[in-house]
Amino acid sequence: MTTTIGDIEDAEVILVTGSNTTENHPVLSRHVKRAVAFKGAKLILVDPRRIKLAQFAHLWLRQNLGTDVAWLNGMMHVIISEDLYDRDFVESRTEGFEEMKKMVEKFTPEFVEQITGVPAADLAAAARLYAGAKAASILYCMGITQHTHGTDNVKSLANLAMLCGHMGKPGGGVNPLRGQNNVQGACDMGGLPNVYSGYQAVSDLAIAKKMEEAWGVKDLPTKPGLTVTQMVPKAHEGELKALYIIGENPLVSDPDLNHAEESLKHLDFLVVQDIFLTETAELADVVLPAKSFAEKDGTFSNTERRVQRIRKAVDPPGQAKDDWEILCEVATRMGFEMRYESSEEIFDELARVTPSYSGISYGRIEKDGLHWPCPTPEHPGTPILHREQFTRGKGLFHAIDYTPPAEQTDDEYPLYLTTGRVLYHYHTGTMTMKTEGLNERVPECFVEISPRDAALYELNDGEAVEIASRRGKIRARIQVSDKAVSGTVFIPFHFAKAAANRLTNAQLDPVSKIPEYKVCAVRLSRAA
Amino acid sequence: MAAQHLMIINGNEFPFTPGETILDVARSHAIDIPTLCHLKDTMPTGACRICVVDVRGARNLLPACVTPAAADMIVQTESPAVVRARRLILQLLLSSGNHNCAVRGSDGQDWTSFQLAVHNDDGSSELCPVWGDCRLQDLAYRYQVSGERFASTEIAYPMETVNPFIVRDFSRCIQCGRCVQACNEIQVNNAIHVGYRGAKAKIIAAGDRPLKDSDCVFCGECVQACPVGALVEKDARYKVRPWTERKVRTTCSYCGVGCQMHLHVQENRVVKVSGVEARTPNFGSLCVKGRFGFDFIHAPQRLTVPLIRENGQFREAGWDEALDLVAERLGGIKQSHGPDSIGVLTSARITNEENYIANKFARAVLKTNNIDHCARL
Ligand code: SF4
Ligand code: SF4
Ligand code: SF4
Ligand code: FES
Repeated sequence: MTTTIGDIEDAEVILVTGSNTTENHPVLSRHVKRAVAFKGAKLILVDPRRIKLAQFAHLWLRQNLGTDVAWLNGMMHVIISEDLYDRDFVESRTEGFEEMKKMVEKFTPEFVEQITGVPAADLAAAARLYAGAKAASILYCMGITQHTHGTDNVKSLANLAMLCGHMGKPGGGVNPLRGQNNVQGACDMGGLPNVYSGYQAVSDLAIAKKMEEAWGVKDLPTKPGLTVTQMVPKAHEGELKALYIIGENPLVSDPDLNHAEESLKHLDFLVVQDIFLTETAELADVVLPAKSFAEKDGTFSNTERRVQRIRKAVDPPGQAKDDWEILCEVATRMGFEMRYESSEEIFDELARVTPSYSGISYGRIEKDGLHWPCPTPEHPGTPILHREQFTRGKGLFHAIDYTPPAEQTDDEYPLYLTTGRVLYHYHTGTMTMKTEGLNERVPECFVEISPRDAALYELNDGEAVEIASRRGKIRARIQVSDKAVSGTVFIPFHFAKAAANRLTNAQLDPVSKIPEYKVCAVRLSRAA
Repeated sequence: MAAQHLMIINGNEFPFTPGETILDVARSHAIDIPTLCHLKDTMPTGACRICVVDVRGARNLLPACVTPAAADMIVQTESPAVVRARRLILQLLLSSGNHNCAVRGSDGQDWTSFQLAVHNDDGSSELCPVWGDCRLQDLAYRYQVSGERFASTEIAYPMETVNPFIVRDFSRCIQCGRCVQACNEIQVNNAIHVGYRGAKAKIIAAGDRPLKDSDCVFCGECVQACPVGALVEKDARYKVRPWTERKVRTTCSYCGVGCQMHLHVQENRVVKVSGVEARTPNFGSLCVKGRFGFDFIHAPQRLTVPLIRENGQFREAGWDEALDLVAERLGGIKQSHGPDSIGVLTSARITNEENYIANKFARAVLKTNNIDHCARL
């Protein structure tokens, strides 16, 4: 996030899109709901499903799946043509306005209505509301990023916020909500193919030299590596021989699972380090038992970039070890000595080589976490990013045209499928499904379908159906619900037995390499 | 400098900011005024009146949690009249339900028959499930009162135990309304409200249905807010007592909000989770996963020893054997196919320290940049 969670309550207008906040970030959603219920904020919700937040929304735009660039360009069209944008901000802090302006010219509300299904008047009202606010906050999640044009979607959101000057102030910002507890930290710490910790580019020779000195090694690789969505096909082709997987279960979370499973089977050597024997671990050559968060010391970085402590509460089961300790043992056995006494010693090392974390220490975050960037021990941390200027100096507008999602419905696969999470489960369910009460609330996979579609396909609530896409099929029970929009069904992806990702499309966004989980074409039939 | 606003509490002069209540001023100067219904960050209701104070010139005692501080106000927080009023409130509350903490019977004879009746309602022969962790019990002790001054009232509603997470024991509810405020004003789930006014009052979900059939999302905010034993975590009820547990502060391991939580530990097991009050980013709030989804920690399916695949089957192995094998195979593949034939998937689930080590391992040891995690997925 570019601002803080608590700041949401200071927003005059909140635009939520592609985030089922009350189910996926429940405690954050309370700030959205409080802002609306008690502080007079207005909520614009753009989401194809009638999620809980729709009850709180002043305007709910129900766009067709995968048409986000179109409604965003449409809002900017209205804001520019009605001269509602923040001229000072655009002139002093941004570049590329003219190109962007030219691009959005054709996106009249009427044109946008044809693409998105959002009534022209609602779009214009949303544009006026967002632009008219003193501070407006945008919250988004996977519903924006998990598309073949997810990067375009994110850039379009940034365009909108810059256009109205809603950046770098309390109650403003463009705020991605991180799905998993430490996604932020995994990225911050160099769990990415192109950067070391602190987003220091591997291709930058000065950085490579610095890391070589810090680590006492020579010849660090300078060519960016493969993303996870590239590793899988490379494994299939036999170019990738070995994979070391830590605490992840791609065999439920990967797109086009059938293909992913094949690919992992092609590997010469697979190591999985986890707390459970997951679907992925079942395929491994060696499985290493790791500690859970309750058995560890360390830090997580939350979605607002706040670095917070975790502390050991109980002993690990059996011989389970810290993930860092296992890696250090392997490294040492491979001839590269890595030894640490504690997670704090590792933290102190990473703070030395990571400028944005340099001022943080366990001592400073004993009571409350600190927001990075925090470059020095005296620095108070940075709750709000881009206050004075953007990282690159001036904010750059991107002129982005609309392109439809990679897969379209047809006679054979007449329905759209979108996937997501439910409140009571988490990711691939390996943790939540160990709690009986959570299973009692949501025991199994379901297909959420609108009453109209249910009638059309003559399906009843609770009935078992087969859902097929061009890539695979699964079985699940029908849940007739007015959350669903006609023409689109929703399936939660938590359940290994009926993994929604046997159906989803592995088509990637060209830049972010994120797969298009949020749109694919399916058909339903009564299970035999 | 603007003129300071001053008031006098218990004979000492204190500055205040207009808009603050008497309670706010007292608390910020470490003067303890007891409260039951007051819940931070919500609209005060003044329901319980335990916080009454003596304000010179006022006709009645005034509730400190709703009365604004005013210039030159003179307040006594423990005057005889205040203490008398508080004792009366406490006696009424204690006699209005199954408050079978020992204090209830400290001055009477029919303690046994009362206990037996409560045990019957509870289906347990233990004292109240929150004995030792109850604001009402604390106050009964502080003001040395029991519930015997008034005849016990009839228990109007049976306990609700049909959902997996929360036991609602109406017999111990003191109608303070904190749960309603927690649900509606803090979490804004709008699942419960006060129903059936008067003597029949009860906290209900819409249509007086059980929580499991209501809009309740089992965040447990109400449980944490309840000052007495009327709302208790089902799994911890009777099992977790404040003197047998240890609390460890940590960060939730589910979503990216990063809620601060206490793991309540008993005999090396996590037995309950609660939100850390008054600390960012969640100020005590949690969701159902964070508060109730901790069974995985002690699940029998946890991996406890390294496993090595042999002839298509896993067998248990020692750490040395497993680590040697991993080092040898990775080393061999690196040698024969080059560093970029190996990939590492690190994790959004593990710590920063561990991700940093994974990044160092891939780059400095394996010499590849093929490292990623599954956040895209
Ligand atoms: S658990 Fe949460 S949603 Fe349910 S009644 Fe309590 S506060 Fe409301
Ligand atoms: S259930 Fe607890 S919090 Fe709610 S009114 Fe009763 S005593 Fe108060
Ligand atoms: S308690 Fe819920 S909202 Fe808070 S971090 Fe955990 S999963 Fe997220
Ligand atoms: S705490 Fe003030 S009236 Fe209840």
